[in-house]
Amino acid sequence: MRLLSFLFLLLVFNFNFALASSGNATNPTSALHPKQQKWQFDGIFGKFDKASAQRGYQVYKEVCSACHGLKLLSYRNLATIGFSEPEIKQIASEYLITDGPNDDGEMFERAGLPSDKMAGPYPNEQAARSANGGAYPPDLSLIVKARHDGANYVYSLLTGYQQAPDGFELASGKNYHPYFEGRQISMPPPLVEDGQLEYKDGTYATKEQMAIDVVNFLQFAAEPETEHRKKMGVRTMLFLLILFVLLLIAKKAVWRNVK
Amino acid sequence: MTNHNDPNQELQDFHKIHLDSEPNQSKATAWLNSRLPILSTLENTLKKHPYPKNLSYWWNFGSIAGIALLVQILSGLFLAMHYVPNTKLAFESVEHIMRDVNYGWLIRYIHAVGASMFFVALYAHITRGLYYGSYRAPREVLWWVGIIIFLLTMATAFMGYVLPWGQMSFWGATVITNLFSAIPVVGQSIVTWLWGGYSVDNPTLNRFFVLHFLMPFVIVGIVLLHLVALHQTGSNNPSGVPMKSKSDAIPFHPYFTIKDLVGFVAFFLVFGYFLFFYPNALGHPDNYIPANPMVTPAHIVPEWYFLPFYAILRAVPDKLGGVLMMFGAIALLFFLPYLDKSPVRSGAYRPLFKKFFYLFILNFIFLGWLGKAPAEGWYILASRLSTLYYYAYFLLVLPMLPKFEKTLPLPQSIDQHYKQNH
Amino acid sequence: MSDSSQNNNKPCNQTKRDLIKNTAYVAAGVGAVCAFLPFVDSMNPSQDVQALASIEVDISAIKQGEEKKVMWRGKPIFIKHRTPEEIKQASEASNSDLKDPQPDSDRVKKGKEQWLVTIGICTHLGCVPIGGQGEYKGWFCPCHGSQYDTSGRIRKGPAPKNLEVPPYEFLNDTTIKIG
Repeated sequence: MRLLSFLFLLLVFNFNFALASSGNATNPTSALHPKQQKWQFDGIFGKFDKASAQRGYQVYKEVCSACHGLKLLSYRNLATIGFSEPEIKQIASEYLITDGPNDDGEMFERAGLPSDKMAGPYPNEQAARSANGGAYPPDLSLIVKARHDGANYVYSLLTGYQQAPDGFELASGKNYHPYFEGRQISMPPPLVEDGQLEYKDGTYATKEQMAIDVVNFLQFAAEPETEHRKKMGVRTMLFLLILFVLLLIAKKAVWRNVK
Repeated sequence: MTNHNDPNQELQDFHKIHLDSEPNQSKATAWLNSRLPILSTLENTLKKHPYPKNLSYWWNFGSIAGIALLVQILSGLFLAMHYVPNTKLAFESVEHIMRDVNYGWLIRYIHAVGASMFFVALYAHITRGLYYGSYRAPREVLWWVGIIIFLLTMATAFMGYVLPWGQMSFWGATVITNLFSAIPVVGQSIVTWLWGGYSVDNPTLNRFFVLHFLMPFVIVGIVLLHLVALHQTGSNNPSGVPMKSKSDAIPFHPYFTIKDLVGFVAFFLVFGYFLFFYPNALGHPDNYIPANPMVTPAHIVPEWYFLPFYAILRAVPDKLGGVLMMFGAIALLFFLPYLDKSPVRSGAYRPLFKKFFYLFILNFIFLGWLGKAPAEGWYILASRLSTLYYYAYFLLVLPMLPKFEKTLPLPQSIDQHYKQNH
Repeated sequence: MSDSSQNNNKPCNQTKRDLIKNTAYVAAGVGAVCAFLPFVDSMNPSQDVQALASIEVDISAIKQGEEKKVMWRGKPIFIKHRTPEEIKQASEASNSDLKDPQPDSDRVKKGKEQWLVTIGICTHLGCVPIGGQGEYKGWFCPCHGSQYDTSGRIRKGPAPKNLEVPPYEFLNDTTIKIG
């Protein structure tokens, strides 16, 4: 009994230190949990909201691609979210891709093809850091998988900018953000106002709408196999369930012999 | 009932049991068997060899672990057709598999989730062994071979996790290989030799790929030894009372073939749930960030199946001490047959043992949870107390239990035990 | 198993047991085969390789008498803009002259006879023939001396077949799509 009390006191004594890493009570530095949204791709029957993902690509193209690459995707991958072959050809051809060397030994630029990987804003990480005050705008191909609760995290990041609270010491070049670990993010708010861009399908581009759309697009970018995987999953689990029941019945039947 | 405590008697009784089997040899079978007794060995194992008839589903995990090994080898083989073990190309080659190789995403996720499932099966299998006293005479060597399989599997999994060359791959490799520098005098030289350089880099990745490819086949060989050792002593069973006569035993086929199939499908159901719907739940998001030697992740965490040992490592403030305690936690298992001196083998008949055992399991899980927590605050004290109990269970509790515990009366035979429960 | 020969004498529930057992085994077998199929498919050409299965080539810059070489599916392709004399020579050859008889008209597109598109791999043992050389003014393979005419047909030498014509079509007058 005395041993237990002693251990309990030790525990309580040590507990105070657990709070040390989260700043202090009035100005915490640990990130808030991401805002929880309902996404069409969630759940065992999840599907891409293709119209939204297409708008999201437009957001990426017109806002994010100024700083962020998407180098793991090829233009032909856009077919998965519903772009047609001529549309893809058109999109790809608007980009300049470095190719070569040619017969003179020089690298040259040519119009993009559907088979090309998507062109990014910088040739390498060093160039990206140099153009952004030392901070590296991460490639977005996998961002939804590279962050805990990725889709909700990206959504919260895009919609969660706030004024820094009084007394918060903001380093130069940084922006206050309650959903970013450390609460100071180098990226200025990318979605600045409603109607920032004009969607091709006519939907009004509120900040909220753009955030939702780009998350739908980035979910596809990170996991293009989502629909196929879940469809296969439902069928396989159903098959296994039935097989399990069959085998269990067979097992019991066979074991009836054992006395 | 002192008879069953004599391992030699137990072996003698076991080898005397012969199950009926029709001598069903065709001419072709006889011809092959006289030159290579492969078919007759199979027939003996499946139909003549006696198995206790009272085995519970806890005995399924061995064959499930075997299937998990085959799944890993198959999926790994096909991944290796597309993976490139070079630091500049590794991460992208994995993404190439995920996005461009037909069903590449499926094979990759099978391999990643499969590793976790393999450890689920292994831990369940070991738990069965610990509870029912399967490590005791005459099964000591069987137990030791099993620990070797466990160690080799952990080494294989560790190297495999480095291959995608994500942040956790790189930093996990750095932390764990650096441990060897704790060895006095030669430590740093060993680490440099392991790395093939002055940090974890391309030479390290390349050799980890080769070794990761090779080890599973070594494991298959050791598993065969494991099965041979099992064949020598026969299986343990939930009562702990050994097989003594034909009425205790049944052949493997058809009883355990069908029962094992049930187990496999149950295993695949759990596997499939993660594989198709939550393939990254057991992994770490940081491994989707390409390795960066300049940026250390906020919390370096190994995969879940290493967490209890990671907690033990961090519990000790001294580097060498931590390494010794971590490896010691597994080395301890080798001595188990000599630490547990109870006259009763199966935990089912040892009420006091049961309490300490459940506490041990809960403590192990708690250690795992602590392994994930930051090494700060009350987590530190908790890790130390947990590590203490882990060691105390083997070094103090088990040897001392026979002096205090009142065991329950054992069934007369396996046959009787089976009839009691059906 | 001895019961297989005694089906008729078994009580009803024994045959029912067998049916369930066999159904279960067959279902498990089907499952195992289905599980293996994705692995087999993973060895087929991946999506990025398939994306390059067809290429589009701009032929507007190829002057008469010139040849352009492009890579298609890892193989060299000869795109030759033939002169009227070359076309005449090709169409005049008779079957007795040809080791692998094939009229020139079969090897080009109607209305576009000036364009000859062939895979630049000698049908003997796989070397790349050199254009504008040889007795027949077509291609000459330096490895073992095979000679091809202005239609890419084998005339002399050890090669057994004419240069292969890949699948291609004219998207418009200045662009062809190969594959």
